[in-house]
Amino acid sequence: MSLELSDIHKHFGRIRANDGVTLRVGAGELHGLLGENGAGKSTLMKVLSGFFEPNSGEMTLDGATLSLRSPRDAIAAGIGMLHQDPLVFLPFSVLDNFLLGSPPIDRTAARTELADLARRFGFSFDPDAPTRTLTVGERQQLEIVRLLWLGAKVLILDEPTTGISASQQALLFDTLRTLAGQGMIVIFVSHKLEEIEALCDRVTVMRRGQTVGEVTLPVPIDRLVEMMFGQAVPVVGRVPGVRGEVALDLEGVSVDDRLTSVVDLTLQVRAGEVIGLAGLEGSGQRTLLRTCAGLLRTSAGSIGVAGSDVTTRGYHERIATGVHYLPAGRLEEGLIRGLSITEHFQLAHGSKGFVVPWADARRDANALISRHSIKGTPDTLAEELSGGNQQRLLLAMVPENVRVLLMEHPTRGLDIASADWVWGQLMHRVERGTSVVFASADLDELLRYSDRIVVFFGGRVLKVLDTSEADTDRLGHLIGGRDVA
Amino acid sequence: MDSTLATIVAAAAPLIYATMGETIAEKAGVINLSLDGSIMLSAMAGFSITYVTGSVIVGFLAATAVSAIIAALIAFASIELKLNQIAVGFVLTLLAAKLSSFLGTAYVGVKGTHVPHLAIPLLEDIPFFGTVLFDHNLSVYGSFVVLIGVYLFLYRTRRGLELQGIGERPEAAFARGIPVNKLRYLYTVIGGALVGLAGAAYSLDVKFGWRENLTLNFGWIALAIVIFGGWHPMRVAFGCYLFGALQVVALKLQPVEALQGVSQILPIMPFVLMIFTLLIVYLDWFKRFGDRHPAWRGLLTSDPPAGIGKVFERE
Amino acid sequence: MRAAWAKAGSKSIAIVLALLFTALLLLASGASPIESFRLIWQGSVGDGAKLADTLMAWVPLVLAASGLVVTFAAGLWNIGVEGQVVMGAIAAAFVAREFHAAPALIITVALAAGVIGGLLWGLLAGMLRVFGKVNEIFGGLGLDFVATGMVVYLVIGPWKRAGIASTSGTDPFPREAWLPTIGDKLSPIAVILAVLAVVGVYFLMRGTFFGLRLKAVGANAASAHIIGLSTRRYLLTAMAIGGGLAGLGGAVQAIGFQHKLVPAISGGYGFLGILVVLLAGYRAALIAPIAFFFMMISVGSTQLSLRLGLNSSLGGVVQGTLVLLTVLVGGWQAQRARRREPTEVES
Repeated sequence: MSLELSDIHKHFGRIRANDGVTLRVGAGELHGLLGENGAGKSTLMKVLSGFFEPNSGEMTLDGATLSLRSPRDAIAAGIGMLHQDPLVFLPFSVLDNFLLGSPPIDRTAARTELADLARRFGFSFDPDAPTRTLTVGERQQLEIVRLLWLGAKVLILDEPTTGISASQQALLFDTLRTLAGQGMIVIFVSHKLEEIEALCDRVTVMRRGQTVGEVTLPVPIDRLVEMMFGQAVPVVGRVPGVRGEVALDLEGVSVDDRLTSVVDLTLQVRAGEVIGLAGLEGSGQRTLLRTCAGLLRTSAGSIGVAGSDVTTRGYHERIATGVHYLPAGRLEEGLIRGLSITEHFQLAHGSKGFVVPWADARRDANALISRHSIKGTPDTLAEELSGGNQQRLLLAMVPENVRVLLMEHPTRGLDIASADWVWGQLMHRVERGTSVVFASADLDELLRYSDRIVVFFGGRVLKVLDTSEADTDRLGHLIGGRDVA
Repeated sequence: MDSTLATIVAAAAPLIYATMGETIAEKAGVINLSLDGSIMLSAMAGFSITYVTGSVIVGFLAATAVSAIIAALIAFASIELKLNQIAVGFVLTLLAAKLSSFLGTAYVGVKGTHVPHLAIPLLEDIPFFGTVLFDHNLSVYGSFVVLIGVYLFLYRTRRGLELQGIGERPEAAFARGIPVNKLRYLYTVIGGALVGLAGAAYSLDVKFGWRENLTLNFGWIALAIVIFGGWHPMRVAFGCYLFGALQVVALKLQPVEALQGVSQILPIMPFVLMIFTLLIVYLDWFKRFGDRHPAWRGLLTSDPPAGIGKVFERE
Repeated sequence: MRAAWAKAGSKSIAIVLALLFTALLLLASGASPIESFRLIWQGSVGDGAKLADTLMAWVPLVLAASGLVVTFAAGLWNIGVEGQVVMGAIAAAFVAREFHAAPALIITVALAAGVIGGLLWGLLAGMLRVFGKVNEIFGGLGLDFVATGMVVYLVIGPWKRAGIASTSGTDPFPREAWLPTIGDKLSPIAVILAVLAVVGVYFLMRGTFFGLRLKAVGANAASAHIIGLSTRRYLLTAMAIGGGLAGLGGAVQAIGFQHKLVPAISGGYGFLGILVVLLAGYRAALIAPIAFFFMMISVGSTQLSLRLGLNSSLGGVVQGTLVLLTVLVGGWQAQRARRREPTEVES
């Protein structure tokens, strides 16, 4: 048995999520699909499971061409996918979840089948319990059992280790090894290096919608890091600017945010300092940024801004102290569809007045548009701007005298010119005393612009290091959870 | 007592049809907000067609077709045109009500045929239950059949499970190979057909005839009862009979001078109960109680279908 | 620019289709469409008295619709508007019945009470939504019926006509509480209030920071919060304004038109207001003319029943058809636009 995907293209509007992807997997193979978030892994797997129809490309299973117009076709062809958030129906019973979408079968018979299959893999379910009472790991187990029962020969698992316990992960990996041992094809999608390393026989690495390459494991981890993040360019650390007073002061801060937590973190950020937050997506960077912004409540410790304690102050009160937060979702948590550039500036810069002075507002908008070289007019709507121009608009909306700027992925999805421009703007502010704390998946960006880097791993802070002691290699290892220094 | 209960059962029959129809549509994820107008237009169509053709059956069929077409329009606007179900349903409810007034002018006050009374032999002789349940006409028996049928379909068949799946989490149903939008069309239209039966049951049975605004507000009440009943056919039916009882009590209180105010307040109770039900669903305290006592959870409250009112698009 | 043309195009297609549909209905009822349209015109604006009728019906509709522009901008479906009209009428009726003073004072207080009654009822629906997570559609619907129940209770209970309790209404209010009129019916105060409301809402939405922020909250609450706006405050304020204007409409209806409290005091103006706003594409600028057009149809239709024996509900049929077709044609054009250039969806 062999599975082959060649030259798959899948576009969403202007975004090329898959831009000529190739994947080859043989029988009995545990194949890893590795890449950063947004590399196009999930899209590719949704194409393979019939959820998306590709724009072009060919898929064959055992030499026969697959024509998958819906998941129904994929199931019939023996391809089953376990989605990142298991697609189960929470209010329904376990047995109902098992049965929904299956060929006709008597309930009692199905009950026996479920129990038998579960026993074979060492799972245990109460068939009558509502699915919402199951842990994420158990929901996955239920889905795996169901897909196998439906006759899956190819099993796709999309980021299955998110939100499950260590013992469940061990059980999952054992199960997958057993299945591969029986000749099945298992495709394991992940952005976590150590999991791919521990589990897979071979791995295909994707970056920006394309296949970077395919290697047989084991292989040195920095090779994988390089494939994932791109050629390691030797970078020179930023020349430290003049440091001022402490702008942001975290004292023994602990926060719980479901899957990630920050425990007892002490960190002082001085005026004019740049702190990079490194780590695989979802390791806790966002939790820290949202805590500093006041969107998450601390369970212990205190947060100070420019000498005054803001621990108990909410998000809007912290804005008043000069702390600004720019999340990653530019059109989801930042800009507003349907409103123009002028209107965005008026919302952001506000006024105690009642009447909007539209003539002045347009003049100001024009000035800001040229100062931040945004490609648009005062009447251009937010959604009509390109990603780079949306980011410029967001930055332009932050007041000049801001004290602490918290950013998620400041340059994600931007072309090089826009990215350089964004950092030019940020550095300009840093020189005048703004502190920047940013999360990024781009090692180059982290090393180039940060004074210090906080590395997150598995929902915790692993290390805080000076950029002078770091290089791509060491950072890559740290992100993978290992400190070799 | 027996005869009072029998009156309640008969008064609630049209509401059973309407709420079961709405339950099916909402469980499949489509809100049919047009009920108040749909029922009215169907009531008019059912009565007038029966009057013209002389056949109650043809009248019922016409009533069914009218509401099914309205429901299909809502499904089309939502699924194909991605329009807001609430907006389209709201406009249709006002339009259908006005159409019923306009088209029904000629039939106001006309004496027409109605559903024949038919006591069920043997069963009607059972003490108490015989009078309450088996001494009615066909449209009342039909409401029993629909109620039990919807309950069994939803909770005892594979298709019923699928129906709940597409309303709960359409993308998960799609991933299991279920044609979500096709089925949403189907169940919205079937639900609409049942709503049409409600209209015919009013004009051809409960109210014996047609006048303007014959069924005013019954559609809104049905919508409220579906929520009050937590989208569960049996609890919804309980809501219908409760409302039937309120109506009968209000009627009996009306001659009593001192209690006239009370008799006017009773009909609005379904809406007050609906608001409380909605409040309770989201109260944190109640959620925690439900988590601790799962057995009580199903009895006291239930969450709306998670995918209700949302358009399903695969990408 | 192209979008504007498309919008105008969809409106005209819808108007033509609605006219055709109405003509067919009329032909089917054995009436001449041309004659009917002429009767509607004459019956609504044909002479001074008719025009006064139309204007007095226009006032509460414009007030309710202006309020709805505000709530729709906040992204809220204020179906509770009907109840807000009723509560405004009840509050005004209370003042008119119980309060004895100079006419100018009674009228001012009654109108203010109407605003407050509607405002509180709107705020209640808003609080159910903001604090209790009760969807404003169903919460509002429930409150509509509670308000209607209350008015019926008052009419046949505590405020019943001396001697007999009947659903035909309370005793007329004392003359001092009636809005003064020019001629028989036309109350200049009412018309001025409606004009002020629609101009005020237009200005509020186009010219003020409040309107801008409200639009932001309605379009994307998450972004608005990040930008620094308190979404709760804006949602509640919108419900208060919407309810207050609807309540004013109810007050005018009570002391300017019915001069007593009747069970059908809302006149259906709340729900009709939703249709007006849907047809206006949520823009305040179009409210006044569309509402006037609607009331021409409604008031003019009564001529059809007098002269041709047709049911006057034809007016409602025309209004409903027009809005339905506009919404559907608009959806169809948006669909074609989406097909031409697919929107960006990230996965």
